[in-house]
Amino acid sequence: MTYMKKPLVKHPDLPKNELGLTRRDYEGLVSTLCAGCGHDSISAAIIEACFELDLPAHRLAKLSGIGCSSKTPTYFLNRSHGFNSVHGRMPSIATGANLANRDLIYLGVSGDGDTASIGLGQFCHAMRRRINMAYIVENNGTYGLTKGQFSATNDKVSKSKKGEANLFEAFDLCTLAIQLGAGFVGRSFSGDKGQLVPLIKAALRYNGFAFLDIISPCVTFNDHDASTKSYGHVRTHNETMGRLDFVPKMQEITAQYDEGETVSVPMHDGSLMRLHKLDDEYDPRDADSALATLRKRYERGQVVTGLLYIDEDEADLHALLNTTQEPLNAVSMDKLCPGNAVLQKINKSFR
Amino acid sequence: MKRSFDFVVKFANVNGSGSASANLLFAKSLFRMGLGVVPKNIFPSNIQGLPTWYEVRVTQTGRAARRDGVDIMVAMNAQTYSQDVAEINPGGFLIYDSSLPRAFSRQDITILGIPIARMCAEVYERPRERQLFKNVVYVGALTALLDMDFSVVKQGVHDRFKGKEHLIRPNVKALEMGRKYAQKHFDCPLPIRVKKGRGDSDRIMITGNEAAALGCLYAGATVCAWYPITPSTSLAEAFEKHAKRLRLDKDDKRQVAVVQAEDELAAIGMVIGSGWNGARAFTSTSGPGISLMAEFIGLAYFAEVPLVLFDVQRGGPSTGMPTRTQQSDITACAYASHGDTKQVLLFPADPKECFELSAEAFDLAERLQTPVIVMSDLDIGMNEWVTKPLEWNDARVHDRGKIMTAEMLDKAQHFGRYWDVDGDGIPYRTLPGTHPTKGAFFTRGSSHDAFAAYTEDGRINAENLDRLTRKFATAAQVVPKPVIRKSGRTSKLGIINFGSTEPAVREAVELLAREGYKLNTMRLRAFPFGKQVSRFAEQHERIFVVEQNRDAQMRSLLMTEAGIPGEKLVPVLNYDGMPLTAEWVRQQIEAVIETDKSVAKAMRLSMRAM
Ligand SMILES: Cc1ncc(C[n+]2csc(CCOP(=O)(O)OP(=O)(O)O)c2C)c(N)n1
Ligand code: SF4
Ligand SMILES: [Mg+2]
Repeated sequence: MTYMKKPLVKHPDLPKNELGLTRRDYEGLVSTLCAGCGHDSISAAIIEACFELDLPAHRLAKLSGIGCSSKTPTYFLNRSHGFNSVHGRMPSIATGANLANRDLIYLGVSGDGDTASIGLGQFCHAMRRRINMAYIVENNGTYGLTKGQFSATNDKVSKSKKGEANLFEAFDLCTLAIQLGAGFVGRSFSGDKGQLVPLIKAALRYNGFAFLDIISPCVTFNDHDASTKSYGHVRTHNETMGRLDFVPKMQEITAQYDEGETVSVPMHDGSLMRLHKLDDEYDPRDADSALATLRKRYERGQVVTGLLYIDEDEADLHALLNTTQEPLNAVSMDKLCPGNAVLQKINKSFR
Repeated sequence: MKRSFDFVVKFANVNGSGSASANLLFAKSLFRMGLGVVPKNIFPSNIQGLPTWYEVRVTQTGRAARRDGVDIMVAMNAQTYSQDVAEINPGGFLIYDSSLPRAFSRQDITILGIPIARMCAEVYERPRERQLFKNVVYVGALTALLDMDFSVVKQGVHDRFKGKEHLIRPNVKALEMGRKYAQKHFDCPLPIRVKKGRGDSDRIMITGNEAAALGCLYAGATVCAWYPITPSTSLAEAFEKHAKRLRLDKDDKRQVAVVQAEDELAAIGMVIGSGWNGARAFTSTSGPGISLMAEFIGLAYFAEVPLVLFDVQRGGPSTGMPTRTQQSDITACAYASHGDTKQVLLFPADPKECFELSAEAFDLAERLQTPVIVMSDLDIGMNEWVTKPLEWNDARVHDRGKIMTAEMLDKAQHFGRYWDVDGDGIPYRTLPGTHPTKGAFFTRGSSHDAFAAYTEDGRINAENLDRLTRKFATAAQVVPKPVIRKSGRTSKLGIINFGSTEPAVREAVELLAREGYKLNTMRLRAFPFGKQVSRFAEQHERIFVVEQNRDAQMRSLLMTEAGIPGEKLVPVLNYDGMPLTAEWVRQQIEAVIETDKSVAKAMRLSMRAM
């Protein structure tokens, strides 16, 4: 029952962020997902990330399609407006919302069915248009809500719970995202909060299309031994490319790394992405090297996680369309409506 | 032959040969001379090489309907010679390119050969020029044959090539070549000719799509997302053209966003996202796009997101006749999407009304928080119509509907997104980002209660559906009213029509009146129907419902939604894809009047009442 409100018990000693808000202020309704579902861990990571970012929740809009994963925006950020749209079409809703008000932060949550099948076209085009948003796929290799059919991200070697073979190769959403214009691409695992929270923070702050493919096991339909999207498989095959520290603007850099292994990527708003690399063959600022690494590791059966690619030249659709800085939904009617005198001139051109 | 000032000139061309701009020059010159002109472009769904026609009815009265029968045929396409020649009215004229010798079998028409290709080959060097100027030569000949004001035509060339002045000379030269040839070889002017017009200098000649685009601009639309499809494309393109110029801030940045989407699903999705977020947003499409958008239209209906959608209708079903006109999306739009859905429709009848109703559509969409579909068609959308000038009342205040600001939220006890506070079925909405702690809600297409929370309680869902019905009843009161014209106060015969059939119906009513049949008309301008519609039905015994589709879609809507008994409603259906003619409407109605006993009875009733 997603309409169940969480009891509001205020602990006076709960830690507060810069806005004076506690983690509770970023929560949503009680989740109705299966106990142990990876999606719930991602909701928790989103709550943590927003809390740590001192984000005014009402300045964020959460958008989703249809699926268990797409239900989750009800379970975090109660103070944000949410839009649970139709199956596979969240990217277009996000695009339109973003066009109307460029000042809000947009967080899209989708599933692998929602994104890689019915919504593949819209997903690709949103990246191509560089919509300024964070787009999360809660990837379980299956259609949870319709009870366990294979999705297009399910690896060919993976079998169904009943042992049926999967005939088709998987789409690798990160590869696709790098190729199609996402400026920020990462992969993570719902079970790795330490990696997940900084990635979500960075994705929310990135100015452009930030994509996160988060493996999120479906305990009910796809968490068995023959599944590559199971907790067990991801834990044993996870290969982290590097640890990301997201350093918000004005914050002092405290962590120390050996220089050679660290890539620092400054962002337009003054914040910093610091990637502590574990594989020195690859540079996340280079799409070709990221793609090659993804391919190579995939063939070895590894699940590569971490920040995989970042384009330092942030650019979004508004920059490409040359729209005004003022949100379009706030421009006053007297500026938008040219008035009768202009219309009479226009009439003349039709005589 | 009798002199005639109401005539039809038809140009038979090959598409892609550059005839369109010459033909438009012809029509526009007549318009500028103050004559009534009704240009219709009858074009193929093709880019180059297929037959295309352009037809201009010229009138003294300013009548706006197409008329069948050709008085002067300018036959420039050898592929269609026989068909074109057959179409000429007895006593009419054929103008053709006589560079190659041709024999035509008709004895009852006058044949005027002009060696157009040869003349152009002598004067112009480049093959493309030789081709293009052929079109201008026949316009030149027509200026002499029809006794047109040559200075007006020349001025038209000057205006057309503003910024490309080097093209003026060769164009005027081609005009003069044609004109001189006609003066020298034919008995100019013909008995069919123009007479000085009424000089309605304030009139404009404009397509409905361009006017609708201007309506969007004046309504303050800031987001347009669209996918190309004939005949709606020019609407979005015109919007972008005007917005690029008129929507710049002080740093030359745009106060508008136009996105060519990847398909119609994305187009309407973007529009919904923008509307949800408080911008005025629209998309334009045609039948196939409506089908694709259906799921999203239902979401916008149920989640109550304002948006404006233009359906510039074309011939269906399926891909149908993409370049022909129809009014065959009425049912698909009125009930667009699965489940119990009903949509607000507006029916503009000409470009001026496209402007007015598109501006109105945005107010209605925000006031009612629902999609508003403007039902235009290819005839209005793409053909040039002569209308009164567009006007904007600067005192007009855009109706943004019920939106809670941060101050209102602070004062309010509760906020329920779908809570019918005012009893009119229209709840209050909040925009994302308004208030730090109040007014946030979850928009969804799944069943929800008054506070936007998910519910599987069927009674709550039913209550919400009932409220939406209440909202639709409110819509019926605020949408544009029908236009009723009484021909005979007491007539028991009526006509219901809507959209682009208006000029033909108006003219047909005059023709019928001349034969003693007086009919009252009601032109619908919106769905849901207001009480005027049922009252009109009550006042009449028999009502002809004129529409351009096979299945009498509007008649069905009148039966189910206005409760008008089917026996009363006589379908008059045209679906050949051509703009309607008055003569056709007259014949259809007269045939029924003369054969149907019950109609005859209605006639007698009205006679007695007189
Ligand atoms: C147009 C349409 N087709 C089919 C469905 C049924 N449907 C609901 S959720 C879903 C799949 C969801 O899979 P995914 O996005 O991976 O989400 P998960 O439940 O696995 O998190 C489908 C097919 C629908 N809601 N709408
Ligand atoms: S079915 Fe799978 S995806 Fe859906 S809630 Fe249960 S565990 Fe999660
Ligand atoms: Mg899934």
